[in-house]
Amino acid sequence: MTAAFRTEQRDRVAVVTFDLPFESVNKLSKAVGWELEELLRGLDANEQVQAIVLRSGKPDTFIAGADIEEFLQLRSVEEAVRLSRDGQLLMQAVADSRTPVVGAIHGACMGGGLELALACRYRIASDHPKTNLGLPETQLGLIPGAGGSNRLPRLVGVRAALDMILTGKPVTARKALRLGLVDEMVPESILLDTAIDAAERIAGGWSPKRAGHGFVASVVDGTPLGRMVVYRKAQEGVEAKSGGNYPALPRAIDVVRCSMEDGMVKGLAAEAQAFGDLAMTDVSRRLVEIFFATNALKKDDGVPAGSGRARPVHRLGVIGSGFMGAGIAGTAALVAGVEVRMKDADLSRVGRGVKIAIDVLAERLKRRRLTRWEFDRQKALISGTGSYDGFARTELVIEAVFEELGVKRQVLAEIEAAVPATTVIGTNTSTIPIGDIAADARHAERVLGMHFFSPVARMPLLEVIPTDRTSVDALVTAVQFGRRMGKTVIVVADSPGFWVNRILSPYLNEAGFLLEEGVPIDVLDRVMTNWGFPVGPAALFDEVGLDVAEKAGKVMHQAFGDRLEPSRVIGVMRADDRMGRKNGRGFYFYKDGHKSGADGSVFQLLGVRPQGEVDEQRVRDRLVFAMLNEAALAMSEGVVRTPRDADIGAIFGIGYPPFRGGPLRTLDGMGAAEVVARLERLATTCGPRFTPAPVLQEMSRTGGRWYPSSTAR
Amino acid sequence: MITPRPGRRAVVIAGLRTPFAKAGTTLADASAVDLARHCTRELLYRTELPGNEVDEVIYGQVVVSPLVGNVAREIALLPQMPRTVPGYSLNRACASGAQAICNATDQIIAGHADVILAGGVETLSDVPILHTRRFARTLVAASKARSLGARLSAFAAVRPRDLKPVSPAIAEPSTGESMGQSAEKMAKENGISREDQDALALMSHQRAAAGTADGRLTDEIVPWFGGRDMDQVVSADNLIRPDTTIEQLSKLKPVFDRRYGSVTAGNASPLTDGAATVIMMSEEKAAALGYRPLVAVRSYAVAAVDPGWQLLMGPAYAVPTALRRAGINWQHLGLVEIHEAFASQVLSNVQAWGSAEWARRLGLSGPVGEVDWSRTNVMGGSIAIGHPFAATGARIVTTLANEMVRRDVEFGLISICAQGGMGYAMVLERVA
Repeated sequence: MTAAFRTEQRDRVAVVTFDLPFESVNKLSKAVGWELEELLRGLDANEQVQAIVLRSGKPDTFIAGADIEEFLQLRSVEEAVRLSRDGQLLMQAVADSRTPVVGAIHGACMGGGLELALACRYRIASDHPKTNLGLPETQLGLIPGAGGSNRLPRLVGVRAALDMILTGKPVTARKALRLGLVDEMVPESILLDTAIDAAERIAGGWSPKRAGHGFVASVVDGTPLGRMVVYRKAQEGVEAKSGGNYPALPRAIDVVRCSMEDGMVKGLAAEAQAFGDLAMTDVSRRLVEIFFATNALKKDDGVPAGSGRARPVHRLGVIGSGFMGAGIAGTAALVAGVEVRMKDADLSRVGRGVKIAIDVLAERLKRRRLTRWEFDRQKALISGTGSYDGFARTELVIEAVFEELGVKRQVLAEIEAAVPATTVIGTNTSTIPIGDIAADARHAERVLGMHFFSPVARMPLLEVIPTDRTSVDALVTAVQFGRRMGKTVIVVADSPGFWVNRILSPYLNEAGFLLEEGVPIDVLDRVMTNWGFPVGPAALFDEVGLDVAEKAGKVMHQAFGDRLEPSRVIGVMRADDRMGRKNGRGFYFYKDGHKSGADGSVFQLLGVRPQGEVDEQRVRDRLVFAMLNEAALAMSEGVVRTPRDADIGAIFGIGYPPFRGGPLRTLDGMGAAEVVARLERLATTCGPRFTPAPVLQEMSRTGGRWYPSSTAR
Repeated sequence: MITPRPGRRAVVIAGLRTPFAKAGTTLADASAVDLARHCTRELLYRTELPGNEVDEVIYGQVVVSPLVGNVAREIALLPQMPRTVPGYSLNRACASGAQAICNATDQIIAGHADVILAGGVETLSDVPILHTRRFARTLVAASKARSLGARLSAFAAVRPRDLKPVSPAIAEPSTGESMGQSAEKMAKENGISREDQDALALMSHQRAAAGTADGRLTDEIVPWFGGRDMDQVVSADNLIRPDTTIEQLSKLKPVFDRRYGSVTAGNASPLTDGAATVIMMSEEKAAALGYRPLVAVRSYAVAAVDPGWQLLMGPAYAVPTALRRAGINWQHLGLVEIHEAFASQVLSNVQAWGSAEWARRLGLSGPVGEVDWSRTNVMGGSIAIGHPFAATGARIVTTLANEMVRRDVEFGLISICAQGGMGYAMVLERVA
């Protein structure tokens, strides 16, 4: 095997460069660990070496983390505990080595990579924007298992440590310096020299002094009583946020507490045990699968690799400067860094749209993710016009005008007249079939659907919808551009509702029926948030907009008949001029744009009395099974290419609980037979809309599954 | 007259400007950089000129912000262009925009550049307000002081009157005479009547209003999105008064000599915000990129007079020189654009061009030419449209070039008076 590390001698300092062969980033695996331990032993025995600098040979990563593939091969808690223990021993060897190890960190320093950095005697980070440090393990349903849960709180205090571990969010080098996570921050150009210099000084007996974090920290982080308050607060926060669905979070708090209160020996044991237990949970398995699925999607253009060629996009046209168009424009300028030309018929709408697009950047500026200068430069990427000036050199145009077939067709004709035949045209619609919009196109081969979700800046999913006439090149162009905008992209068939709205439709209809039956709004929503959705269906109606929901509901009803007949709730709400959050009137009250309580008067409009006692399990079953049944049906129709895309789409598009792995994982988890049995019961009591999808009945007979059962992916 | 090598004539491809707005009104929140970038970026889009074709940005600005000394480089740093396009800013007072275009012309003829963005910007809503010399000295001394005591003692010398802010005046540094006083002096010395001045102002407004109504002027304007939500669209100049009358104009009080004066707010150009840019190219580059040039710059000339004399008489000298360099006579001119700083100044220059005595003084065999108002300032001028100092030159070049094409005119003349007693003239010619 080719070595992962190479060593050069600089006077009495050994510079060890981690450069994993055949990989774009450095990952810590068992094999890498063995090699590093071996290397350290050798250097420790070498009298010519007084100190070690550890750095990365990869351009913009220090160490991306542990090799997660190895986690999936774990077969038992014991095996997982052992993996954690091995990691801990490696880090201990680094920490205890005769020759002090200094970490020279440039680029991403994540997970196991940060745990390794934590074990170093001294850490120096480059001030580069790509230098980020974090412990994302909880996002995979795990905790840092190579000593990180023990070392981090000792270095930065329990508050900062719990914040980093529980959110999994990385910090910038600047923040890391402020937290004391790194000792120095220098420009990349002098990183190595500074690290060598520090290593020599430490070898010469200098011991770095780490300043405290001030009076408050000394009381809160520095006393057992103060820390008790921190643990309790963290516990409450975790319960409120995850509703007990993410066992890694409370476990992480337990481990930190044990480590800080009972000492590191016990702390390390607790850490390994927790890691072992968590690695075997379904939650972690699902989250790891999603991690891999998302990564795989980043390389999947929706067509066999190499079958199409993407047009490089430098200038994007956006037609329609409403909230959607502006969100697309702002995100494209911010994330993809392309020129964006916004066009609308009315100039004052254009101006407002440009402002909303710029606000996407302004929000980053406010959160200090952009400097004033970057903001000014990127802001200038966005411009607006009332005509098609500047469109002749666009490579991609995204149309986001009013959801009406006639309007969209006319706009498409206008765009075609303004752009060259090679410009790809994406139409953003949530319900109108793309084939209908493109029916009269002169060059239908470059027309496709690009279904963004609102608000575009924050929603991570993009559905790209080719028609039967769309060229592969156009498809690949749209998919790759969506990825440049930072979206997770799935390619779906041109069928009403595409994928996400297709499975959402019966779910929202069912929510309407439940409201008609008098299930209180807050109960309805709580049942689903407890199940793991970020918001419940009533709140979702308000977010989406009841006018939009009404329109979508009609389209779906028309396309699929009685099974997707909407409840009458939406009509009643619309008759009372309720549009949801956008006009501050919906299922909830809104004060200054903030949701306050549920609006009970909805039931007067409906003419029903809210139920006092609610069978919450039944509510949940009706909602969940409405969605699952439709998901199975749509899959069998070929709406989505793979179960992976379907599950990722549901998770990223509507917030389907990630720890449940997506609707098809949920179906597999229950088994088709059980699903069919429960659907049949619901069909009897609630109506034929619950009739099990033929594909489920078939699976129930044959024992079929969506995912192969043997592999974890 | 310089005869450029074949293909090296400097041609105007297109020009665009922001709306011109009375200072302190619709463009008051925009900085000079904002305005200049806005119209330049839109010009690139409207012409579909790829940013990587631009070799240089030359921009005029008269009242420069101490925070952005070189507005041209800030324009060049628009993300629509590579970050490697250089830019420099210049100050030829009110002729700065024209000077930028002529500098571009020279660079192109010399073969140093093929594509240049040239123009000018002024925001009189955002002029630097200075401290008095004494207070400024104190601040400098305090910033160098090493102790609190020393810092405080530096301030001890400050008197209340030192704290009064100093704003830049439109006055001659060499004579202290304000521009308006000069215009007043010229009216008196040249015998320009109040009636004639008001009549010129009225014509300026009526013609600018017509040019706005039929879209010839607004076509040269990129709308500005103002207001907090950027939904206040400014798509036309806001100083033009379509319904003004001679009665209204004649009622205005003289500003600079209340008893015997004739120069009023109505027959002078107002303080204005705005920016204008033109794309200049070598003829061969225009052909290679597939552009049809509007006009070429045939000649230009600058002159200066003693500022203590008639400050705004420079054009009387510059115009005959430019015509001589162009190798044409006044009779060849199909269109003339005279920058209207003041009606009295325009009429003084017009008088000089038509005068045999002036011709003698200039050593010419006969008068420079008689102004034919049916072919002069056909869409009004700075009195009605406004005068953001450095932007005016580029505004006039754009308007004249477009109108020369519309009327199929072979030669056009531009005359601009400028602070410091300078006069500027350019001759444009149609490109076959």
